[in-house]
Amino acid sequence: MSLIEVDGLTKIYQMGDVAVEALRGVTVSIDAREFVAIMGPSGSGKSTFMNILGCLDKPTSGIYSLDGQNVSEMNRDELARIRNRKLGFVFQTFNLLARTSALENVELPLLYNGASSRERHARALACLQQVGLQGREHHHPNQLSGGQQQRVAIARALINDPPILLADEPTGNLDSRTSVEILAIFQRLNRENGITVILVTHEPDIAAYTSRHILFRDGRILKDERIETARDAAAEVAALT
Amino acid sequence: MYALASIRIALRALRVNKMRSALTMLGIIIGVGAVIAMVAVGAGAAARIEEQIASIGSNLLMVLPGAATSGGMRMGFGSTMTLTEDDAKAIATEIPGVVAAGGSMRGVAQLVFGNQNWSTAVQGTSTDYILIRDWDLAAGRFFTQEDLDGATKVVALGQTVSENLFGDGDPIGQIIRIKKVPFTVIGLLVRKGQSSWGQDQDDVVLIPLSTAKKRVLGVSQANARFVGVIQIKVASPDLLSDVQQQVIDLLRQRHRLQPYQDNDFDVRNLAESFAAQAESSRTMTLLLGAIASVSLLVGGIGIMNIMLVSVTERTREIGLRMAVGARSRDILGQFLIEAVTLALIGGILGILLGVGGSTLIAMLANWSTLITPVSIAVAFGSSAFIGIFFGYYPAHKAAFLDPIEALRYE
Repeated sequence: MSLIEVDGLTKIYQMGDVAVEALRGVTVSIDAREFVAIMGPSGSGKSTFMNILGCLDKPTSGIYSLDGQNVSEMNRDELARIRNRKLGFVFQTFNLLARTSALENVELPLLYNGASSRERHARALACLQQVGLQGREHHHPNQLSGGQQQRVAIARALINDPPILLADEPTGNLDSRTSVEILAIFQRLNRENGITVILVTHEPDIAAYTSRHILFRDGRILKDERIETARDAAAEVAALT
Repeated sequence: MYALASIRIALRALRVNKMRSALTMLGIIIGVGAVIAMVAVGAGAAARIEEQIASIGSNLLMVLPGAATSGGMRMGFGSTMTLTEDDAKAIATEIPGVVAAGGSMRGVAQLVFGNQNWSTAVQGTSTDYILIRDWDLAAGRFFTQEDLDGATKVVALGQTVSENLFGDGDPIGQIIRIKKVPFTVIGLLVRKGQSSWGQDQDDVVLIPLSTAKKRVLGVSQANARFVGVIQIKVASPDLLSDVQQQVIDLLRQRHRLQPYQDNDFDVRNLAESFAAQAESSRTMTLLLGAIASVSLLVGGIGIMNIMLVSVTERTREIGLRMAVGARSRDILGQFLIEAVTLALIGGILGILLGVGGSTLIAMLANWSTLITPVSIAVAFGSSAFIGIFFGYYPAHKAAFLDPIEALRYE
């Protein structure tokens, strides 16, 4: 049984009188330790698919089982718990809390699962170290560069040791060099920590660092291919310096 | 989520818009301040009335002699002498709930000491009089049963009389003349102040009833047992009306009145008239409080307004918190705590304003104000309640946002 199993997923949005079919029967499974890029033009349904994978939205029909649990039938609070424990989110716009230190931003998910303040502190420090931000714990987001802000966001996503990391256009707001640095972190987390990374992007350059490409079009999966030789971000960063 | 962390988040959120938070609080500050000050004014008035009740003597009944009917013409109360010392004694011994009862007579006489003289009320009383009136002695002693039996010439002075005859000197042991009869001063009464109708209660001297009749007020032998008024002290305020009825029954029986005859006396319950005053001051307190509460309500609406703005501004933050695992009740709690923090800080400042304001009113308008711990506790509690009540709708709105839409909100 795979980590993520999706079967016949549909999603229909009712916009007044018009019903918009965002997903028209998606069936796919993703194993643990995979590094997947989800691609497709806008309106292809990839964002809707990611929202359902991220337990932020519910499918109209079909089954989504995550780590053996049928998520498609859970209520609001149960989904919140799954998001807290099993999923880490990285967004295009970082979504850090302003006027809040990097450390406290990273601690945020722990506020919702009963960790003590000492434990929150220690784990947040460790996660910041993992993304190479030691010494900047008390900087506020506006004192950090875009790449550093995205690293804070990754540290926040890692704080609960989730098996899955969901990244929605994580390099969309970054220059190409910083993008490669961020991808190097994803690759390291994927290879060394065994975290499943699912990345939404429309840039083939970015997808080239992943080992599986799923292409969406018109609410369906058009192409699903495995890549044997992914680019190595860490090596490229090293070569650049 | 932890209360401490929530309060820290709330304080940080309030600090972000200092001016806005301060203006929102101002509504609560003024509301709470107004409630505290208005209730203090009302409670001060009520406390003054209670002081007046206490100065007359608490739980006091007065029996006045009744109207005489002569040839179909009815005279006013006090026109005949119908009460006797024996009536007083019967009331004291036969009616349960009566602590003490004593008759007294009152007249006006000229007092002389050395080259000073003063005209004042001379009251002949029983030994229980100071007990009945809740009146203490500042110095010396009060007269005893022996003084009463022997009709000795002793006197206890009210403060006003003492000041006029002796100035700052010690009156105890001095001899004064009342209607040219020499009396020894044996006691000085404590100050009682003005009565509620403005009479100086300290402008009086007390002498034994027997002495008063023989030496000062000149009562003829024929009605030697009569008294001008009987004062009764009742054990507790609850018994007042019950005892009042029993006194009426007892006196009708003792005076052999037939059912068709009117009472030849009148029993007055002084507490009653004060109770009416106290009631009206309570009503005023309530009215003032209610008017002030309206501004508290407006302050609450201000909080709701600002919290709604805050929820809209922080939609993305709410979406993010939901994405990382905040449940609806976590978000609800966060915004409720923020609203309550806003209201409570406003409430505390409002209490300070109210205390300061009522002190100012007391000083400038010379009104007596009274701030009770209860009114402070109620003010504090109601600001917490306002925070919850007016914070709930915005918090609920935040808690049930759609996480995806909240995250995408610009």
